[in-house]
Amino acid sequence: MSETFKGSQDYVASEELMRSVNIAMVLQKPLLIKGEPGTGKTVLAEAIAKSLNKKLVIWNIKSTTKAQDGLYVYDVVQRLYDSQFGGQGVDDVEKYVKLGKLGEAFTDDEQVILLIDEIDKADLEFPNDLLWELDRMEFHIPETGRTVTAKHRPIVIITSNAEKELPDAFLRRCVFHYIEFPDRDLMEEIVKVHFDQLDQHLLDQVLEAFYRIRSLPQIKKKPSTSEIIDWLQALIHGGFDPDRVVKEVPYLGVLLKKNEDIEALRRNWR
Amino acid sequence: MFGDFLYLLRQSGLKVSLTEWMALQEGLDKGLHGASLTGFYYLCRALLVKSEADFDRFDRCFLEYFRDVPFEQEISQELMDWLDRPDVLTDHANWDEEQALRNMGLSEEEIEKMLRERLAEQKEEHNGGRYWVGTHGMSVFGNSGLSPNGIRVGGQSQGRRAFRVAGERRFRDFRGDNTLDTRQFQVALRHLRQFSGLVDLPPTEFDVDNTIQDTAQQGGMLKVRYKRPRENTVKVLLLMDSGGSMDYYTRLCSALFQAVSKSGHFKDLQVFYFHNCVYGRLYRDPMLRSAQSVETQWVLDNIHADYKVIFVGDAQMAPYELMGGWYRDGREDGPRCGMDWLKRFRERYQNTVWLNPSQRPSWGGYWTQTYDAIAQVFPMFPLTVDGLEEGMKKLLSR
Repeated sequence: MSETFKGSQDYVASEELMRSVNIAMVLQKPLLIKGEPGTGKTVLAEAIAKSLNKKLVIWNIKSTTKAQDGLYVYDVVQRLYDSQFGGQGVDDVEKYVKLGKLGEAFTDDEQVILLIDEIDKADLEFPNDLLWELDRMEFHIPETGRTVTAKHRPIVIITSNAEKELPDAFLRRCVFHYIEFPDRDLMEEIVKVHFDQLDQHLLDQVLEAFYRIRSLPQIKKKPSTSEIIDWLQALIHGGFDPDRVVKEVPYLGVLLKKNEDIEALRRNWR
Repeated sequence: MFGDFLYLLRQSGLKVSLTEWMALQEGLDKGLHGASLTGFYYLCRALLVKSEADFDRFDRCFLEYFRDVPFEQEISQELMDWLDRPDVLTDHANWDEEQALRNMGLSEEEIEKMLRERLAEQKEEHNGGRYWVGTHGMSVFGNSGLSPNGIRVGGQSQGRRAFRVAGERRFRDFRGDNTLDTRQFQVALRHLRQFSGLVDLPPTEFDVDNTIQDTAQQGGMLKVRYKRPRENTVKVLLLMDSGGSMDYYTRLCSALFQAVSKSGHFKDLQVFYFHNCVYGRLYRDPMLRSAQSVETQWVLDNIHADYKVIFVGDAQMAPYELMGGWYRDGREDGPRCGMDWLKRFRERYQNTVWLNPSQRPSWGGYWTQTYDAIAQVFPMFPLTVDGLEEGMKKLLSR
């Protein structure tokens, strides 16, 4: 396969991450991404889609999501209603079978990127229910007797926040990557991608304060990449003097989302 | 290829299966490692390791199998400055086949010895040579060098040699101590559910059977029926022994605790801690801080009798602690000892089990006394996946 992922204009990927993405693409296995919240797990799929110029299909998993929902939904109630009021085409079962996100990805005429977001939110058995479908890239609809087979094997990206353990059988089929929290240099690169013109002095001060906050053991919910970007935005917007950033840590609410964290910072700063 | 590596990984507790191993071979066939050891390292890790908690274990195996030479002698700042020269030469002009072969033949110990000698002799900067410590040369040390083996000294790593990456062992902190068992426990805990249609919830779930029946009775006029969703009505009161002899089982207990708290399908979950046995107070945190404590009687009064109670503890203590009668809470008819408290729990809660991480002591009668005494009050199960499963069944029986 000639296509390789090298990060994109708006997404800075570490070398390890790029390797993992390419391994998953060549071996045609789902790529399972774990990492701290805010390290860009979800955005990765968008970046891959953009850099390979492919469509992105997102399947957001919630605690109530069933594996079946991703394949197809057979709308019985609608069909019953239609039959009562003599609607057109009631005989056509196909009309009431609506494909889910997985089905959508399978039937697309081009290869797509399928993002299964936050798989750990769903029921414990959810990943097991998808084993066959992700392995063979096909599923059967008993109502219509149709078998949906992937026209082009989608590139599957799965993210997890590790709220639940995933089953071994499922893990065995995945390529695994853990996104580490970026170090200072990588963070600088990431931040620069998000801002066209950035005062280097301000950035230095912000990074200094940011990594110091993260290093405080008292902080329960450590700020992450998305927070530092919001914070910079706030600082630029407010025209804050860079020299006072480390000392005063303004707009703290943008960085820390918990009351006790803000108090802990106030007590332990310096 | 590297069959031994697979067994080394398995030996050290990584559950690498044949599926993953075959995937690795396929990856190698397709050249995904990019003909470099670093690439090989990442390929192996992405395919064989499925949790950041195992990264460190993997790193160690990789180091052990593909041998590492950490060079720990001190290096002068001057030498470091000479070496920090990634710009000197970037082509392979200094490649020397003969020297490469000679270097290949050197053992790690020999290289290390040579480096020590050279560090003592060297007085100036050397680049592109084959003897001194320098950059881009054919000697076995220095950096950005071309020698097929050797030790990197200072400078930015260019090829990021795999040994170094693995040697950094950056994932040491992620070594989870509980990831292995949590899922199994979670699966066992799923037995603990009791569905009820009597929950006070609005009927929102489509009821197929009754819809068909009613529709048929009305001669085909559709009548849609809804029912109340089925919900787990099980409420759990978890009481854990903390500290002292329980310290040996911290790992196991925290796995259980994580499984219970993460499973999230209970209607309610209350967790309290105690030390050795339940007395007048129960604690909200495992450190048993009195600021976080409540009276045991309060728990008995306020936590409804339909809770399922799970005790976790080794049930081993000095007999007087359990049955001594030294305990007074001021009231005449108050409980006299731990045993009295346990009996109160048994009276109030119909479904109670005791999970024990420790086995019944086989020797001597001393520690078995309390073990047996408690086992008579509550059904006792070992804290294993099977024991947990049995315990859950017991909790559901009436």
